[in-house]
Amino acid sequence: MSDGIGARVERKEDKRFITGKGKYTDDVRVDNQAYAAFVRCPVAHAKINGVDSSAAMAMEGVIAVHTGPEMKEDGIGDIITGWSITSKDGSPMQCGVWNPMVTTYGRYVGDAVAVVVAETQAIARAAAELVELDYEELPASIGVEDAFQDGAAQVHENVPGNLIYDWEIGDEAAVAAALEGAHHITEMKIVNNRLSPNPMEPRSAVAIFDEAEDHYTLYTTSQNPHVARLVLSAFYNVAPEHKLRVIAPDVGGGFGSKIYIYPEEITCLWASMKTGRSVKWTSDRTEAFLTDAHGRDHVTKATMGFDAEGRIVGFKTDTLANIGAYVSLFATVTPTYLHGTLLSGCYDMPAVYGNVKAIHTNTVPVDAYRGAGRPEATYSVERMIETAAREMGMDPAELRRKNFITEFPYQTQVILQYDSGDYHKTLDMAQDIADVAGFAARKAEAASRGKLRGLGYSTFVEACGIAPSAAVGSLGAAVGLWESAEVRVNPVGSVEILTGCHSHGQGHETTFAQVVADRLGIPVDNVSVVHGDTDKVQFGMGTYGSRSGPVGMSAIVKALDKVEAKAKKIAAHTLEASEDDIVIENGEVKVAGTDKSMAWHEIGLAAYIAHNLPEGMEPGLKEAAFYDPLNFSFPAGALICEVEVDPETGVTDIVKFTAVDDFGNIINPNIVEGQVHGGVTQGIGQAMLEQVVYDDDGQMLTASYMDYCMPRADDVPSYALDHNATPSPLNPLGVKGCGEAGAIGSPPAVINAITDAIGTNDLQMPATPLAVWTALQNAKSSMAAE
Amino acid sequence: MTQIKMTVNGKSASADVPDNTLLSEFLRENLRLTGTHVGCDTSQCGACVVHVDGRAVKSCTVLAASLDGADVTTIEGVANGKELHPMQAAFKKHHGLQCGFCTPGMIMSGIDMVSRYQAEGQALTEDAIRHELEGNICRCTGYHNIVKAIEDAADQMSAPAQAAE
Ligand code: FES
Ligand code: FES
Repeated sequence: MSDGIGARVERKEDKRFITGKGKYTDDVRVDNQAYAAFVRCPVAHAKINGVDSSAAMAMEGVIAVHTGPEMKEDGIGDIITGWSITSKDGSPMQCGVWNPMVTTYGRYVGDAVAVVVAETQAIARAAAELVELDYEELPASIGVEDAFQDGAAQVHENVPGNLIYDWEIGDEAAVAAALEGAHHITEMKIVNNRLSPNPMEPRSAVAIFDEAEDHYTLYTTSQNPHVARLVLSAFYNVAPEHKLRVIAPDVGGGFGSKIYIYPEEITCLWASMKTGRSVKWTSDRTEAFLTDAHGRDHVTKATMGFDAEGRIVGFKTDTLANIGAYVSLFATVTPTYLHGTLLSGCYDMPAVYGNVKAIHTNTVPVDAYRGAGRPEATYSVERMIETAAREMGMDPAELRRKNFITEFPYQTQVILQYDSGDYHKTLDMAQDIADVAGFAARKAEAASRGKLRGLGYSTFVEACGIAPSAAVGSLGAAVGLWESAEVRVNPVGSVEILTGCHSHGQGHETTFAQVVADRLGIPVDNVSVVHGDTDKVQFGMGTYGSRSGPVGMSAIVKALDKVEAKAKKIAAHTLEASEDDIVIENGEVKVAGTDKSMAWHEIGLAAYIAHNLPEGMEPGLKEAAFYDPLNFSFPAGALICEVEVDPETGVTDIVKFTAVDDFGNIINPNIVEGQVHGGVTQGIGQAMLEQVVYDDDGQMLTASYMDYCMPRADDVPSYALDHNATPSPLNPLGVKGCGEAGAIGSPPAVINAITDAIGTNDLQMPATPLAVWTALQNAKSSMAAE
Repeated sequence: MTQIKMTVNGKSASADVPDNTLLSEFLRENLRLTGTHVGCDTSQCGACVVHVDGRAVKSCTVLAASLDGADVTTIEGVANGKELHPMQAAFKKHHGLQCGFCTPGMIMSGIDMVSRYQAEGQALTEDAIRHELEGNICRCTGYHNIVKAIEDAADQMSAPAQAAE
C-alpha cells in the first residue's frame, strides 16, 4: 500500500496553503463586523482607580468601551488553572485571582484593562490610545530570584512571599546520603532562559452572538477548541456548551501558546453580546510578545554525584520557576510533573530529588511552550553530565554510556516508567553520522585558521502522549487526557475521520488518512479528516504534548477496529462465508484463499442500502472510540552539535547538527523529519538567540522582531537525521510522538558544543556572541590569575 | 482618501482608500485576497511579501496610495490557472511548509530570488538561499525543507530556458 504507514506521502493540506487559500481566523469576516482593541496596563503593577473613555467614545466609529468591573457584574468568571499542585508540606497551592479584564489591580505590562469596540480596526486601535487610565503605580517584582527574596513586592495579597507552591519529587534523604559518599560531585547554577513562543500567526478571535438563538460562535486561534468551549462555558459563564460553537480553522502554529483561553477571546464573546455586533480582535506582534504566555524561565541549582567508576549515585535540583502574574492553564504542571519526572534522563540513577518553588512575578504568565518542562529537565541533566565528564577527565559519550538505562520497562525514581529504548545504538548511529572519530582532525584544522571547534552531546528521553486520565487525575489534573475519534464510512466507501486533535502545522490531514489507508487499503485521497469545530466533532482534548500520534491516532485505530469488525460481518453474510475467514486487503474484503470478494465501496453501499444485512444488524457504517492511554510514551534521541567559534568576536557557527531519534514507528517520515527540523531550530534559538528581557521596572525590552532574535535561515544549518525505532509496546501503532523532541534535546547539545570549544563551562543561554566572548575572556583571566 | 487603481493578479482593481492604508490591508480587506499574511509590525517576518512590478516587496511597508498604476502579484496569482508555479509545487514536494502561515511570503520571496539570480547568471547556492531568506521568518520548518524546495524550484524554473537553447 503506497499511501500507508511509513510512506512519504505529500501532504493533502498543502494545496490550500501554497495557493493562498488557507483560512485562518483573521481571514474570517462576517456581516456586522466590528473590531476590538485593548487598553492595557502600562506599568508592571498598578491600582487602577478609574478609566476615562469619554475622548474615545467621542471618536467617530467607536461603538463601545467596556471594562473589567462591568464584565464581573455580568457574571463572567475568572480565568482558571487546570492542575492543582500540592506543596511538600501537604498544603494546597496558593494563586492569585485572574480577572479577564482588570477589576482593581493591573499586574503586568499588557494586562487588559478595557476594550474598545469600533467600526474598523484602525479606529479601535486609535480610540484605545485615547482611553485614559487613572492609576497609582505600585512596587513590582520582576525577576524570579528577586521575587522570592524577603521583602519582595507582593504580586497578590493572598500569596505570601509570592510562593505559589513548594513541591518536591523523589527521595531527598536518599540523595543526600548518596552525595555524602560520592567520589566526585558536580555543581552548577543553570538558567533556563525565558522565551516567547512566537507562532507566526498572531492570536485572533472573531465572536458572533446570535440574539435570536441566544447562541455564540467563536472563531479562534486554538490548539484545542473543545477545551476552549468547556472552560468558556463551565468557568467563564459565557454560554452553556450547546449554545457555544468554537471553531479553530487553519491555525498558523501554536507551540503551546494557543492551548490557553486568554482574556481577549472571553472579552470578544462577551462584547459581542453587549454590542450586538460580531467582534473581531487580532493581535499585533508587540501585543503577542506582551500577552502570549511565555515559556521556561527557570533558575536551578543542580548537584550530581558519581562513584569512582563514573556511575551516577545521586542527582538533586532546586528550581525557582517563574509563573508570571497569573497562573495560566498548564502553568502549574509544567515545572512539576512535566519537569521533575524527567530528572532521571536516560540514566539509571539510584537516587533523584527535585524541589520546585513556583513564584508569582509582575510579568506575563508563563506556561507550556514546546516541550514544557521536559526541555528544562533535559537541559539540567545533559549539562550536568557533560560538565561532570570534563571535570573527571572522561569522554562525555563514555560517561553517558556507563549510565544508560539498558533494560525496559524501566522504573525511574521519579514516578515514570519508560516503555522501550535502545540508547546505546542510537548514540552509535549519531556518532557515526557526526563522524566523531574525525573530530580531532577538524578541530586541529580549525585551530590553524584561528577558530575554536567544539562538539557537544545531548542524549535525552522525554515523555509524550499526554496522558493516562486516572493517573493525571491522581496528580491534580482537572481533566482527563484521552482522545476521541469517529470513523464514518460513506455509502461510496470514502472515509471521514473526525478527531478531537487539532492540526496547526502537524499534517494530521495526511498522517491520519495514512492510518486509514493502511488499514483499509484505500488511497489517502479517499479519506478526509475533520477537526477543529465543536459542532462537527463531539469532543476532544486537542493537540499539545506530542499526543496526537500516540493518543489521537490510537483512538482512530480503536474506531477502525469496530468498523472493520462490522465490515467483516457484512462481507461474511453477503459472501456466505465465515466471519473468521474474511480479510481486508488492497481495498478488497475477501474470503481468504478463495476468489470471493467485495470491493470496499460495496461494503459501504451494502451497509447503507441495508437490503441484505445480517439478522439484527443496524444499517450504516460509522464507529466512534475514546482512547485513554495506558502510560506516556518515551521518545529518546542522541543529538550531536559541532560548532566553530571565532575567539575574536564570539560569533559561533553551527557547522553540523546530527539528530538520531527513537520515535517508535513512523507514519510519515517527511512529517516527522519536519518536526525535528523545526524543533531543533527552536532549541538552537533558545540556546543562541532568544531571550525575553524585562527591565527592572517590568517594561519588556524585547517586544518586537527588532529586539527578540528569532532563528533565521542563515542562523541554522541543514540537519543530518536518522531514526532508531523501538516501537512503544503500549499503543496499537507503536508510535511515541515527535513534535517536541527537537526543542527538548537540542539546547544542551549546542551549549555543550560551545563550552567545549571555548574551554569553560561557565556559560548561560542564550550564547550570543557577546556572552561567548565574555565567557572566553573570563576564562582567560581566571587562568591568568591561577 | 485617495483614489487608486492598480492591476492585481492580472485584474484591474480600484478603490478609495484612506491615505494610511497599507498595501497588505488593501489586499486583505478591500480585495479579500487573504493569502497575503501579516506576522509582525516591524517589517521583519516577510509573511506579507508580494511582487510589485516584478520585484518582491513587503506589503506591510508600502502605502497602497503610493502604488497607483502598479502591477501587483500575490500568492493567489502565481499559479498558471490550475497548474502550480514550480515554486509552489516544490514547497509541496519537499514538505517546505507546516502551518502554512509564512508560506505565501516564502514562495513569493523564493520566486523573486530565483528570478534575480537567474537573470544575473549567478548560482543560487544553499548559502545564498539562506542569506536571501534573511527577511522571511518561519517558526515551524527550521528552514531545512524550504531551502531544499527553493533549490529544486530553481532547477525547474531554469529548465525551460535551457531546453529552448
Ligand atoms: S508583516 Fe510584513 S514583514 Fe511582517
Ligand atoms: S510553516 Fe509555519 S511559520 Fe512557516
